[in-house]
Amino acid sequence: MSTTAIADTGHHGASKDHEHGEHHHPELGFLQRWVFSTDHKVIGLQYGVTGLTFLFFGFLLMLVMRWQLASPGQPVPMVGGFLRSVFGQTVMTDAGALTAAGYNVFGAMHGTIMVFFGIVPVAVAGFGNFVVPLQIGAPDMAFPKLNMASFWSFFTSCVLMMGSFFVPGSAAKSGWTAYPPLAGIADLEGGHIWLNGQTIWLIAMVFNITGSLLGSINFITTIIQLRAPGLTWMRLPFFVWAQFVTAFLLVLAFPPLEAAGFMQLTDRVLGTSFFMPTGLMIGQSVAQTWSGGGSPILWQHLFWFLAHPEVYVLILPAIGIVSEVVANNTRKPLHGYKAMVYSLFVLGFLSFIVWAHHMYMTGMGAKVAAFFQVTTIMISVPSVILLTSLLMSLWGGSIRFNTPMLFATAFLPMFGLGGLTGIPLAFNAVDLFLHDTYYVIGHFHYVVAPGTIFGLFAGVYFWYPKVTGRKMSEFLGHVHFWGSLITINGVFFPMFLQGMAGVHRRWYDGGATYEQLAGPVLHWNMVMTVSAGLLALFQLVFIWNFCTSWKLGQKVGRNPWEATTLDWDTPTPPPHGNFDKPMIVYRGPYEYSVPGHPTDFIPQTEKL
Amino acid sequence: MSNPISKYFPLFTDTEVPHSVQARPDTGLYSAKLGIWLFLASEVMLFGGLFSAYIFLRIGAEPGYWPAGLLNVPVGTMNTAILIISSVTVVFAWASLKMRQLGKYRLYMLITILCGVVFLTVKLSYEWPAKFNHFGVFIKKESASKYEAFLGNKHLEETRQNPRWEITGHLLDAPKGSTYAHQAEHNAEHFAHETGRHDAVTPAEDDYVIQVDAVNANPSDKDNDRPHFWPREISSTLAVINAKDVESASVFAPRHSTYFATYFLITGLHGLHVLGGIIVFLYLWLPFSGGTGLYKTNPEHLANRVEIAGLFWHFVDLVWIFVFPIFYLL
Repeated sequence: MSTTAIADTGHHGASKDHEHGEHHHPELGFLQRWVFSTDHKVIGLQYGVTGLTFLFFGFLLMLVMRWQLASPGQPVPMVGGFLRSVFGQTVMTDAGALTAAGYNVFGAMHGTIMVFFGIVPVAVAGFGNFVVPLQIGAPDMAFPKLNMASFWSFFTSCVLMMGSFFVPGSAAKSGWTAYPPLAGIADLEGGHIWLNGQTIWLIAMVFNITGSLLGSINFITTIIQLRAPGLTWMRLPFFVWAQFVTAFLLVLAFPPLEAAGFMQLTDRVLGTSFFMPTGLMIGQSVAQTWSGGGSPILWQHLFWFLAHPEVYVLILPAIGIVSEVVANNTRKPLHGYKAMVYSLFVLGFLSFIVWAHHMYMTGMGAKVAAFFQVTTIMISVPSVILLTSLLMSLWGGSIRFNTPMLFATAFLPMFGLGGLTGIPLAFNAVDLFLHDTYYVIGHFHYVVAPGTIFGLFAGVYFWYPKVTGRKMSEFLGHVHFWGSLITINGVFFPMFLQGMAGVHRRWYDGGATYEQLAGPVLHWNMVMTVSAGLLALFQLVFIWNFCTSWKLGQKVGRNPWEATTLDWDTPTPPPHGNFDKPMIVYRGPYEYSVPGHPTDFIPQTEKL
Repeated sequence: MSNPISKYFPLFTDTEVPHSVQARPDTGLYSAKLGIWLFLASEVMLFGGLFSAYIFLRIGAEPGYWPAGLLNVPVGTMNTAILIISSVTVVFAWASLKMRQLGKYRLYMLITILCGVVFLTVKLSYEWPAKFNHFGVFIKKESASKYEAFLGNKHLEETRQNPRWEITGHLLDAPKGSTYAHQAEHNAEHFAHETGRHDAVTPAEDDYVIQVDAVNANPSDKDNDRPHFWPREISSTLAVINAKDVESASVFAPRHSTYFATYFLITGLHGLHVLGGIIVFLYLWLPFSGGTGLYKTNPEHLANRVEIAGLFWHFVDLVWIFVFPIFYLL
């Protein structure tokens, strides 16, 4: 059977559905359609909405921490009593202030949630699931049932991770990095061996990783196997390339962390000593639970072997989204499309051999440090090619500054700032000074917050019409954008100033104890906290816009942005099976403003 | 749909996804085949992480703290052979399906399943339990000279070998309050029954009494300097060790040492993979609509499924090919 013939059967089903319009499967109840669904679009939405909720929740955890940093020991205003009753006495005092243990809990969970439960589900699983099959002209993912299994594995991890707030001793408090031996002994003394924060964290992570692994296998297979006829590799939209490389990073980098997770789990419940060194002192005496002989550094290697590629997992889908939005709104082809694709691959490869630059403090020796210094500097080359290509794409374009484009344009300098401040950290000698200061926090938050998350916002505003059939409000979008841009810089820029003055990232009182050292920069704490509070208010605008536009937004047709790629060549919203005509591709992804053509865009399916 | 799962979870099952059975011309693959190779790539990284932990911990281990010769090599060899045979029979099963010989397919698949079951049975009913009744005591370095008769460090130093800090064997008497008291009592009874000796249980409350392995009975014997294929009989020599001289003491459980921690984690995870393979093979062997029942409607699809499961099975086999030397032989 030929490729086209098989694809046709799918399209036939789709066109039949389309005649029924939006209610194309009247026999399906709410549960089958929205909960236990194998449709990639529904699963993408499930991931997206869950992930966005987690992003906001993780942000609120940070807000409480920021309050504590600016006004140490003061009860959290308005919601302090509520937080006390929800999170219990480990986390909040009776007066409603954050305790030291609570600060550690919120810190660990903020990191975990933002990375593994917020950005990855939205950027990779959410956008990837919804957009990739549409952009390559596929009726669904290659393995629809596996796709559903991925989501439910992820969902199990969400339930476990949230549930861990309510066990005695509260959730994990050893950082999102879960470094042993601290994480190995956390909550064990006098606690339940299974029902404690760190153990549940590990189990939840195993479910989370499993979901991610199955999802990435699905993405790679889908992109290789289900491209529409004519959609050759160099005709793929850049977003698909970004998802493709991201999926490879996940497939190859996540399993070692899963292995490490198993090891830490057995250290905690079976008393093994993978990460527990000989002669470990707890309090005044040598720990008797463990035989010793293990290595805490081993955990760091296995953890960062995942967690550095993970950084690119966070950023690449956002770069993919921004590329789509930039090409569409400059009405120009992407500058250096092929160079960008090759850069992605170089970046993906190099990301596997830079991990130990997170570990300069372990005393790895000058030779090893030199190796990782060199690879880390090398990886900035493909990153700069990507960013430069996007900047050059703006040149000479007649730019439409709609909300997605505003976020995409802001992404460029913000990500640039995050990247450039990373260069000093690549060098061993400088890093020894800056390690674990707010400088590091500022650096990676510029990459992931006004970087990745702005990219995600661009994507939400961009594809919202395709998902719902309605546009989000432009006015509220502008308010959201300008408010967020200004306040988010108010949150993160002072971190560089504090960090270079030596303010340490783990001080629970915002540095008050070390006032003699940190005094000159401590007033920035209040600036950052106020900015964070305002940033939260501007997100309420987004949430309002997101929810109300679903029913009240301006109705749009198939292709409101006049885009070229296949995702805009389907009915809006796309029916089950996605397309109402056979998809055959004749041209590259960004044929905008082709001289002599009556419109300023040529869809990929248009045969001249 | 007669799929038993979809009866309870009514899913969208009506999207026809291309290339789920027929290969895509330009890649030459049906989707599941690509999917399983990607899955195996991630599995390589998973076991790779564990094996690199093994290397890291073994290199970092203090001399004398990485035991050798504690596992039963003939049994391991037998299990290796069983897995290799099953890898061959699963190919025969697939080839029989390709030639549309259902009877042969069922026979070869049955042999494959039985091999997997025998492998797991040997592991769970013999190899692991034997470890849980084998005891090891690490002696503090400053007290080692007291137990020279069991450790033989003088001989090891003269022959430039790693020192020995551990006395292993069957625990016959444990210090008061030890979690192993029950096991010691049981072993002591057995010892008395076998040898007629009743001197194993001492009145002292802080002593370990161990019926030591052959290595500790004659630690200076040159015979101990080389590895042995056949496991040697336990001696009837008793070692009495004061709890004050003990650094750590436990049965050969995961907590015993980083060696047994890696051994149990890697063989345990491998065993889970074997179990998973058996379950999938059973599904493909029984007349489920997605199993042998598929033969009537779409034999090629069934052959694909067997091929995919077979690839996974070869991988599980391959992992064992690494597990066997690094734990049993090296």
